[in-house]
Amino acid sequence: MNVRILGKQRIFEWVEGLQGSWRVVGPQASNGGWGFGEIRSADEIALDYPTTILPPKKALLPTRQVLFNYCEGRPEICRDAVPTVLLGVHTCDLHALTLLDRAYGGDPPDPLYRAQRAETVVVGLECLRPCTDQAFCKSMGTIAPPEGVDLHLTDLGEAYVVEVGTEQGRALLEDSISLPTAAEDDLRRLDRVMGEKWARFPNRLDFDVSQLPALMLSSRSSEVWTELAARCLGCGACTLVCPTCTCFDVRDEMDLSLESGSRVRVWDSCQIASFAVVAGGHNFRADRAGRLRHRFLRKGRYQKKAFGLPGCVGCGRCATACLARITPIETYNALYRRMGEARPTATEVVA
Amino acid sequence: MTTRLRETLDATSVYLPVEARIRSLRRLTKLETLFTIELPAGVSLHHDPGQFLEVSVFGVGEAPISISSSPSRSNGTFELCVRRVGEVTSALHTLHAGDAIGVRGPFGHGFPIHQFRGKDLLLAPGGLGLAPLRSLIQQVLDERRHFGRVTMLYGARHPSELLFTEELEDWAKRGDLEVHLTVDRPDEGWTGNVGVITTLFPKVQVHPRNTVAVTVGPPVMYRFVLIELLAKGIPEGDIWLSLERRMKCGVGKCGHCQMDHIFTCQDGPVFSYDSIKPLPEAL
Repeated sequence: MNVRILGKQRIFEWVEGLQGSWRVVGPQASNGGWGFGEIRSADEIALDYPTTILPPKKALLPTRQVLFNYCEGRPEICRDAVPTVLLGVHTCDLHALTLLDRAYGGDPPDPLYRAQRAETVVVGLECLRPCTDQAFCKSMGTIAPPEGVDLHLTDLGEAYVVEVGTEQGRALLEDSISLPTAAEDDLRRLDRVMGEKWARFPNRLDFDVSQLPALMLSSRSSEVWTELAARCLGCGACTLVCPTCTCFDVRDEMDLSLESGSRVRVWDSCQIASFAVVAGGHNFRADRAGRLRHRFLRKGRYQKKAFGLPGCVGCGRCATACLARITPIETYNALYRRMGEARPTATEVVA
Repeated sequence: MTTRLRETLDATSVYLPVEARIRSLRRLTKLETLFTIELPAGVSLHHDPGQFLEVSVFGVGEAPISISSSPSRSNGTFELCVRRVGEVTSALHTLHAGDAIGVRGPFGHGFPIHQFRGKDLLLAPGGLGLAPLRSLIQQVLDERRHFGRVTMLYGARHPSELLFTEELEDWAKRGDLEVHLTVDRPDEGWTGNVGVITTLFPKVQVHPRNTVAVTVGPPVMYRFVLIELLAKGIPEGDIWLSLERRMKCGVGKCGHCQMDHIFTCQDGPVFSYDSIKPLPEAL
């Protein structure tokens, strides 16, 4: 295993070394919280961030992306992939990227995602303590990084251990900074740090995650959905902040000249009432409870079925974003509690 | 040697439409127009009956439209029967012969016509459902000897809303296609059956073990037509439907057409009833 040591005093030097050839996207202070954004000045990088409001996926799937431009009716392909280092991605978000790779890979692959992904090197960052009280990565099995992360950082206090996971990661490191190989002592400290982290993360689900897809299937007609729907505002904040949500809307935008324009895609949400409306007005998911159920079943079952990975990585962002305080931990646990019960109480999940 | 439209998309971007041209238009009803579309030289459609295209009017948007003509009658062109109902379809209705549109596709799974061979066919389109089903009917008529008895039950709300009326007459005259029509609300000249499409079912006898049923129509129609088809003893796996959904991308990415874990645009829009029966969101 190729393991290097990056002293913390050299972080800025490394970021500046990367900036020569790459767009560096990483965590930085943003609107009173933290967000992934382009690091323009190396001292903006905030690797000690707890979590971000939006997940890093926007570096690969911009909130608004041009599919193509057209001029006098002639469409022209738009290629806008930018060589990018996605720096400081927590383990839950690394799992989410793996899911995005499958959802936007597939048959046929999404050409824009694939192009940007091919130009992107991912640097992971080990989580050593829960980032928020709504995180449940340990329960979802996303507390450790997935296979194939280009580079992965673990904080040893005064330095980061840098594990090289891919050839792309090795090349990036060599081109941007010269780092010493980790010593025996560093590796012992890495083992100790990793050994100590597990106990800090509580189990938040009352059941094993392997039961989740079956639980979701058996909960299709649960009253939990109607109870949650009574609180849900239908605002779509949960899907907006979700690292595994992939839905988009497509719009044509004309220039003021009315001669040229663009077809763009923008993030969309299955929680918005009009999401499944067809021309003519029929809504194939007309009630809020059905929309909530669709979202939770998509996270807990459908994406696992379609892509082999759980659609929820336990980041807890949706719980933090929800004005009605609907949380995945409470919802999954309520569905589990109710599974065997003949007559569920109306107030259980509201509490 | 031609390139398939779908291959040209895969080679560039699956979201990038190919510029096609309207060769002619034929007004069918107050709301529906039949567009004859021509692809650029060297590009062919190669579709299966029941598949759809994403049709673009640049500056307005894109909408999923089923292909109304059969592959057997493509002859360099194909037909789209479009109802003026949304923004894109309204914009399409303002266009003229010679105007350009964008097309992507064909997408999804159509009718598995090879599985229908050797069987009797019971076709039950309602309203605009005849648009995609016409593609299958033309193909069946062009290889008529491969199929047993073919019966069509077609319902519309009003005689003025019946689509492809000239072809309906031709089909009825052929003698090898049994056509039954009905309208919900007759006008003065109407001498045929009055009532919803289910009122036609008692008029036909089927051999349930050797019959494939195909029904295409609005969601509410399926509930009642399925009752009739199942009552006739047709197995759930031999009943085929085409589902309408908001299919924005056509390639299983945008999420709008998802029902349970199924992407209607890729796995459908044509499904057998037994494959969608377990999905609460399907019907």
